[in-house]
Parts: sequence; C-alpha cells; structure tokens
Amino acid sequence: MVIASRRGHLLLGGAALVVALLPLVAGAYVLQLVSTALVMALFALSLQLLVGGTGLVSLGQAGFFGLGAYAVYFVQGKGAAASLLLTLPVAALLAGLAALAVGALALRTRGFFFLMTTLAFGQMLYFLIHDAPWAGGADGIFVQRPNFGLFGLDYVPARRDRPAVLLWTNLALLCAAYAGLVVVMRSLFGRMLQGIKENDHRMQALGHNTYAVKLVAFVLAGALAGVAGHQWAMTEAFVNPELLGWHRSAEALLMVLLGGLGALHGPLLGAFAFIGLNELAQLVTERQRLVEGLVILAAVLLLRDGLAGLRWRSRA
Amino acid sequence: MSPPVLQCFGLTRRFGGLVAVDDVSLALASGALHAVIGPNGAGKSTLANLLSGELTPTSGTLQLDGESVTGWPAWRMARAGVGRSFQRTNIMRPLSVQENVRLAAQARLTPPTRLWRNAAKEAAPQIAARAALERVGLGAEAARKAGALSHGQQRQLEIAMALATAPRVLLLDEPLAGMGPEESETLAALLRDLARDHAVLLVEHDMDVVFRVADQVTVMVEGRVLLSGTPAVVRGSAAVRDAYLGQAT
Ligand SMILES: Nc1ncnc2c1ncn2[C@@H]1O[C@H](COP(=O)(O)OP(=O)(O)O)[C@@H](O)[C@H]1O
Ligand SMILES: [Mg+2]
Repeated sequence: MVIASRRGHLLLGGAALVVALLPLVAGAYVLQLVSTALVMALFALSLQLLVGGTGLVSLGQAGFFGLGAYAVYFVQGKGAAASLLLTLPVAALLAGLAALAVGALALRTRGFFFLMTTLAFGQMLYFLIHDAPWAGGADGIFVQRPNFGLFGLDYVPARRDRPAVLLWTNLALLCAAYAGLVVVMRSLFGRMLQGIKENDHRMQALGHNTYAVKLVAFVLAGALAGVAGHQWAMTEAFVNPELLGWHRSAEALLMVLLGGLGALHGPLLGAFAFIGLNELAQLVTERQRLVEGLVILAAVLLLRDGLAGLRWRSRA
Repeated sequence: MSPPVLQCFGLTRRFGGLVAVDDVSLALASGALHAVIGPNGAGKSTLANLLSGELTPTSGTLQLDGESVTGWPAWRMARAGVGRSFQRTNIMRPLSVQENVRLAAQARLTPPTRLWRNAAKEAAPQIAARAALERVGLGAEAARKAGALSHGQQRQLEIAMALATAPRVLLLDEPLAGMGPEESETLAALLRDLARDHAVLLVEHDMDVVFRVADQVTVMVEGRVLLSGTPAVVRGSAAVRDAYLGQAT
C-alpha cells in the first residue's frame, strides 16, 4: 500500500480546506451530508489498515463501528449529555477491546475463513445489541450529542451552528486519523504489515510473530472504527442495531474497493464517491441501490487501482 | 568438533498413514556442514521443516544449545538463531530486494519499543540487509523488485534473507536447485565459507557439490536414516549406491 506523494498530500490538504470552508456557503443539508461522508471515510479508513495494509479482508468491521456509536448511549447520563472527552475514549476502548477478543480468535484463520469468522463475530455483536434489554431496543434510540465539556466548562454549540461544528469535528478527527496512519504505515511496524500482506509464512520464518502483529493492527483498526461510530452517533444523535450489521461492513468494504486497495487515501475518495453517487442516484431513480451497484461494478472493473489510481495524464 | 547447537532425537512426523520422517536423530555443530541427501520424497524437506519449527513433530524432541525447543513456532526458532531457506522460492515478490532482506534483519534488530519509528530512518536493518546482499552477490540488484529477479538470483535472495537474520544455524533446502553452473559454483564457495562460523544443514541433490563441501552426509530413504558418515564413507557404501546413487544415474 502506497502513501500519497507530497503533491498528493497537498491536494488532500486542499480538499480538506474546501470542506472546512463549506459552512460559509452551504446549507444545513449539504453540511450534514458531508459530515456523514467524513464519518464513513473515517470508518473505511479503519478498514483499509486491515485490507490494503495487512491483506486481511474483514466483514465484521461494522461491529466495532456500532459499538463505538453505542458507547455514546451507554455513557450518557439520564437526559444529560456527556463530555466528548469521556465518550470518545470510551468508544475507542470499547471497540478496541471487542476487536481484541474477536481478533484473537479470527486471526487463527486465514483468507476465506477469516472473512467468514469476522462476519460471524460481527453478526454476533449485532444480535447482542439488537436483543439486549440494556441497549435501547431493536429499533434504535435517540442519544444526547456529547458536548465539548472540559473541567465543567461546557461548550454546547447553538442549534444554528451545530452542522458546522459537527463537520469541523468530523474533519479534524479524520485528518488526525489519516496522519496517524501515515506514521503507522511508514514505521517499522507498518513495514511488517506490508511483509505480512505479501507473505505471512515467510515473515514467520524470518522471526516475526505475525499473529501478534496482526492482532495489534486489528485492535488499532477496531478502535478507529469505534471512533468513527462515535462520530456517527454524535452527528445523527441516533443509534440503531443496523450500525453493527454486515450490510454496513460490506458498504465500507465497497468504499475501500472503489477508492483503491493500493493507497492509504483510497477510502477517503471511495467514501465521498460512494455517498455522492448515492445522492445522485436518489435524484434520478427509486432503484438507487441498483444504480449504485452497477456504477461501482463498472468502476472496479475499469479502474484496477480504484479512484486513487487515477492520474493526471497531461504531464509527461 | 564443537558441541552441537541444534540437535534432534527420534524425530518422527506422520501425515495420515504416511511416515514422512521416521525416528531421525542428528546433531548440527557450529563450523560443520551436514548434508542430507536422498531420493525425492525421502522426507528431507519435512525434516528441515521439523528442525525450523515449521512443523511440529508427531514424536521426538528438539534441542537448541541443550535446551528443549520442541514445539516452538517457526518465528521463535528464527529469533533464537535458526535461519532457513526454502526449496520452493519463498519471498515477498512485490517488494524490493532490499526490503525483503531488510525485513529479515528487522526481525532481529528491532525491539518492540522501537517499532513506531520511521523505517526509512532506521539505519541498522538497512546496513545489515546491504551486507547480506553483498555477501551472496546481489548487491547490485538491491533496488529491483524481488519478483523480477531471475530464478537463480531469487535463490540467492533466499539465502541473503536467511543470513540477514544473523542465524547460528542455517537450514538450506536445495539452495542450488535450478541454478546455472556458474551461479552454483559461486554458491558452493559461499556455503563452504558459511560453514566456518555456522552450523549448516544442507539438503541437496547435486552429489558433486555435496561430496565437495560436506563434512558429514546423512542419507535418507523413505523417512529413515540409511547411513550417516563422512563423504568418503557414504560414497563407498554399497547400500547407498543401491538405494540412491544407482537410481540417480
Ligand atoms: N504437508 C504434507 N501433507 C501430506 N504429505 C506430505 C506433506 N509434506 C510432505 N508430504 C509427504 O511426505 C513425504 C516426504 O516429503 P518431502 O519431505 O517433501 O520429501 P523430499 O524433500 O525428500 O523430497 C512425501 O511422500 C510427501 O508427499
Ligand atoms: Mg524437498
């Protein structure tokens, strides 16, 4: 998996700046849509650490995403919002611990069996939340948005400012997560992930405890998915069991595929393209899923390296 | 001769009804090259896999420096100083030649607390990788993609990767297979050189090379040790001629 060049990072930075300035020109609907895209980009990015980074194709990532979202519900007081400084670490911790348990077992399998095991564990988490009496019910439940409290000084954005503040929060977290993963992938640890992706067996023969390395990556990805889930709950003020379901795992996998497995920033492009496409399809037809599916199929077939593989061909 | 580094006793491995390795005991000492020969399917690769921790024995024990290491996983054996190359080339094909060897060196040189450092700025594994590549004669190919090397060069890369883990024991499974005469000449010299300060187990088909470089030769047939002795003894044995050398010609 490659990391974008300096020029690529300038472009990504420019795009982030455009998103940050959107509240100056766009209405609440667009801001909400872009906020969702940022959250899904963060979620897909967490999956990319596994798929593109380590060669582990998981279908259970939404389980950790959903747990992160439900952390907001679990932590909030009766009718009172909790501080982001509490809910966010709890979301990451809860999702990370779940990933530790799931990964410890799932990583004993390989390839297709890993896919099926993660799918099974994801669905178990889904049914746990779906059926548990303490999880707010099968239809989901409204949650209090975490506030920006610090030492009793709570900042609660005015209703009118809220879409912008949420957008900036999601953008900041996405940028931080991306920067963090750049550091991870450039590190000695990241090189091990790359080696494992190409040839796990050989890495073991060289003296690498690949099981432990993969488990660390799995927990890291799970915690990051938990942060994404937390941002979902904060953005929507609503959580439901579907957040943990395999549909959502598959959706993130599609975003990764559409953006390209070969580049760390692929899922960022993939998530925005996917959500943009969804929006367009909704305008023209009722059968948006079909349109979506066809376009993604075409994109994946035509662009071998996904959207991240597109190049400006004008310069020689 | 110095005391054995890696030693096995009554090593046996079954695959279903087949006994691939049957009650094999041998000792590898530093400064000696121990060759294992035998017809195809004799269990030579399985023996190498048992010694490297790749496979766990059905019965029998394994000792490293006199301590039991039976059942240790491959990565732990490698960390403890048992390096190996594979009969079927086993490399990270899309990565550069340098990176393949650097990953080998990294396994030994990087304590977990340093793993978060930028790999490009960590000099020790880079330097160790360079040295291993130079030693096998691949210094000029460092920047190429491993999968783009010629077959013979990939065999050399296999050995460079094993060397970069700084092993005390080297298990080499048919390192010369598919090499041209010139390349195998260079490699035979390297093997001799390596055997000066390593304990080497060499699984090899090429009898000329074996009789030239080995200090001791073990002949395996159908999983069992038929005979073990100096090259002169093995060459003179009628039983070996019947079981193996006769077949080869
Ligand atoms: N993983 C395995 N599963 C089943 N049978 C195996 C396996 N590995 C090797 N064998 C069998 O064990 C015997 C010895 O194989 P091997 O050790 O590769 O022989 P050699 O390297 O001497 O040619 C062969 O009959 C082979 O088919
Ligand atoms: Mg063999």
